[in-house]
Amino acid sequence: MELVTFFGVAILAVASALGLVLRRNPIHGALFLVVNLGCVAVLYLLLGAEFLALAQIIIYAGAIMVLFVFAIMVLIPGKEETGPDPLRPQRLLAVPLGAVLLLEAVLVLRSHVVGGGSSRFPGHQPGSPLAAVPPAVRPGGIESVGRLLLGDYLFAFEVTSVLLLAALVGVLTLAKRKAE
Amino acid sequence: MMRDVVVAFVLLNVLVLVVTYVTYVERKFAARMQSRIGPYRVGRPHGWLQPIADAIKLLIKEDIIPAMADRPVYNLAPIVFLIPSFLIFATVPFAPGLGLADLNIGILFFLAVSSLEIVGLFMGGWGSNNKYALLSSMRAVNQIISYEIPFVLAALIPVLLAGSLRLSAIVQAQSGLWFVAYPVIGQLAFAAFIVATIASENRVPFDILEAESELVAGFRVEYSGMKFALIQLAEYTHMFGVSCLGALLFLGGWLGPGLPGPVWFLLKALFIFLLVTWVRWSFVRIRVDQILRFSWKVLLPATLILVMATGLWVALRSGHVS
Amino acid sequence: MDAALLPLAPLVVVAGTTVVLILLDLLPPRTSKVHLGVVALVGIVATLVSALFLWGRAGRAFSGVVVLDNFALFFDVVICYAVALVLLLSLDYLRRNGMERGEYYILVLFATLGMLLMAHAADLIVIFLALELMSLSLYVLAGFFQARLTAAESAMKYFLLGAFATGFFVYGIALIYGAAGTTALDRVGAALGSATRDPLLLIGLGLLLVGFGFKISSVPFHMWAPDVYEGAPTSVAALIATGSKAAGFAGLLRVLLSTFRGAQPDWTALLWVLAVLTMTVGNVVAIAQSNLKRMLAYSSIAHVGYMLVGVVAGGPLGAGGVLFYLLVYSFATAGAFGVILLLERGRQEAVNQDDYGGLAARHPVLALTLALFLLSLIGMPPTAGFAGKFYLFGAAVRSGYIWLAVIAVLNSAVAAYYYLRVIVYMYMRDQEGVPTEPAPSFAGRLALGIALWGVFQLGLMPAPVLDLAQAAVAPLLR
Repeated sequence: MELVTFFGVAILAVASALGLVLRRNPIHGALFLVVNLGCVAVLYLLLGAEFLALAQIIIYAGAIMVLFVFAIMVLIPGKEETGPDPLRPQRLLAVPLGAVLLLEAVLVLRSHVVGGGSSRFPGHQPGSPLAAVPPAVRPGGIESVGRLLLGDYLFAFEVTSVLLLAALVGVLTLAKRKAE
Repeated sequence: MMRDVVVAFVLLNVLVLVVTYVTYVERKFAARMQSRIGPYRVGRPHGWLQPIADAIKLLIKEDIIPAMADRPVYNLAPIVFLIPSFLIFATVPFAPGLGLADLNIGILFFLAVSSLEIVGLFMGGWGSNNKYALLSSMRAVNQIISYEIPFVLAALIPVLLAGSLRLSAIVQAQSGLWFVAYPVIGQLAFAAFIVATIASENRVPFDILEAESELVAGFRVEYSGMKFALIQLAEYTHMFGVSCLGALLFLGGWLGPGLPGPVWFLLKALFIFLLVTWVRWSFVRIRVDQILRFSWKVLLPATLILVMATGLWVALRSGHVS
Repeated sequence: MDAALLPLAPLVVVAGTTVVLILLDLLPPRTSKVHLGVVALVGIVATLVSALFLWGRAGRAFSGVVVLDNFALFFDVVICYAVALVLLLSLDYLRRNGMERGEYYILVLFATLGMLLMAHAADLIVIFLALELMSLSLYVLAGFFQARLTAAESAMKYFLLGAFATGFFVYGIALIYGAAGTTALDRVGAALGSATRDPLLLIGLGLLLVGFGFKISSVPFHMWAPDVYEGAPTSVAALIATGSKAAGFAGLLRVLLSTFRGAQPDWTALLWVLAVLTMTVGNVVAIAQSNLKRMLAYSSIAHVGYMLVGVVAGGPLGAGGVLFYLLVYSFATAGAFGVILLLERGRQEAVNQDDYGGLAARHPVLALTLALFLLSLIGMPPTAGFAGKFYLFGAAVRSGYIWLAVIAVLNSAVAAYYYLRVIVYMYMRDQEGVPTEPAPSFAGRLALGIALWGVFQLGLMPAPVLDLAQAAVAPLLR
């Protein structure tokens, strides 16, 4: 059952990501992104990270994406992007370069993971990246997220609030200019 | 597995029926407030078959798609709008053990799924390719994003008081005293919750996105027939769902003397629904800038302070802070 | 102060000053905001004093995600000097451009907080947050002069490319977490030590290098620098060229030398190439520039190349040389930007070479000051630039990177051409058209004086500071 869900959602996620990249209508692209983010949320759910999944939906699919769509709508009223592509040579060059990079990454990973997979550091079994996390609290559960946020990562949590304050001041600075 | 499917099926059908009659209650209630009678002809007594008649009428109407519409988006919008409205009931406990899934993060699920409604609304406004619809969805984005935060913060206060995100646990924690009866904190939080509910459900006085006098019918102006029915159904279902949430968070859910739990629960949800309706027929619409200013400058700081005060109180009560 | 907060004293002082500024901005007078700049300056000086006072102490706080050691403190000093110079230069500059607003100082302090945090961070998450705090403030500051067309271009380019680089950085952190199961730098180092070249860790490191490379504007991540420097207010350009670069190097050095020491052969080869590319591209393109701000942008790219030579050389000599050079470079670059910022030609900033024709005849002191800063950037004795380059290239030779040192020296010779060209304009050309006049700013002259003092102090007596720099990198190399 879980496997079926996983493959269904994974295929949908990849398909929507492709839709996002390939569609020229920006609104459709943004809506595909909503689908994609929702799929990723379901994948989180399958991993047992409920809080992350729901936060993903509330923040990304619910709020941020809607702002995206809003901005797109205000800026480009429905017209599909057309006209000659000024970056065409770069794009053509990008395909072989991307392929080379992919090939390289695959080769490196193959030689190391398949060949020398056993020589990894202790406490880390290949394929289970969460093995190093203490099993006392179930990772991904809201309780463990809360403990981490206000425990080990308390400082990062507080710095984030400073970061948001800086962003707030920055936005004010940029927005106030219009009024003057 | 099988049991879940059956429960979900029954729940969905009961919901559709209840919500259909909720519209009837609203019409009758509004009529009372305006010294009218309301629907009367179809079905005796008091036109009780009117909602059914409306539904049949909408079902057999022609489905019109505007020529310049963004067809896939336009066609999908009512469905995208409807699904979250029903999905939110998945975690609602109607009585102890009576509900689909009592998740340990039930309220988060509720908030997350309910916030998806905006996507459908937006798709409808965009896909129609109609200036009124577009304006309406732009206003909707403004407003719903603005009121989402106070809404969540107000819903957070019962969570703090109960110390759990599980909806049934929140109800259990009110077995002594309903949260709305907690001195000062409870009433203020309930008031904030109701205001945020009215705004996030786009009801008068915050109904700028469908403001009949300027935008005709807002984002659904081009929809007709079955799709219009789905949008109406979704809207009322969502409203009813949020009323249920209010009943769970502040009014003690199924708790109450004498009557069986689900009945109490339904009455309380209906009470919140009628409260919102009462406001709807009593006030006038306010302007966009006033709505946004009220959210960001009054409601958001107020709920934030309230959350902090509640947190402090909970900490003092549990003795973590001496 | 609470014992747990003591290691964070410099951060606490800056954060506190920022909050005070935000509140102060709300109070009258509304027309003049110079007092905000003065308060910010006092805060920065207090930070500097606290950093000097804490020298030699070591500690950790908040489950080890922030650390206090001499390395961090040295960077605190470098960054505070740079920011203090920028603030002094800004006091009058903003009013002359009709953009005197409190948010400027608040954002400068936020950026400073990010830079200091970067030096103190011992966890990848904190490094990321510090990077963001710094960048976010600088994005806005880059577009601060909204009346200029170039300001929007500057802010937009910086923001888009910066966001892209941040994406790489976060991806790198994610891969490292996936491989090591932790984001704490020392534990990542331990994981690397026992793993024989885990590809995931190395790919993660590569992505981190992209992020850092953008912040320090090393080739091939340097494209943004000239446009951003040109469009940003000159004071902000100075801040980006000095403070944010120092912070980038703080993070880079800590990650490379301490955490990823086990992978030294891997990243040394990579940085060798980057260093050569960075200094060559920077110097060659700088020759073609007639706009002084753009020229300084390319020159700053070239200097990053020299500093990468020191990173490649490694050890107390190489890494200590980088720290020393950062201080030297900051004084000279902030000073050069300061002179540009003071000069006006017909109510426009004098940024073109032509504006400097015959400056020496009318304003000999100012011309001499700029000439000295440029000579220091070339690396002429007895200025600090010579000492800095001497130690950097010497470290490279001693570590066996002779070819790298040769390329660096050749590059310095190329660089001399475009620096000297400005001096030639000032001393040997005649002025044409409207004369270029300096603004009567006491604070600006004070800043230039401090920078000049730094250039000569470090040039004539480099040994004490170099010892401090080498002591500062000691905790990383342990």
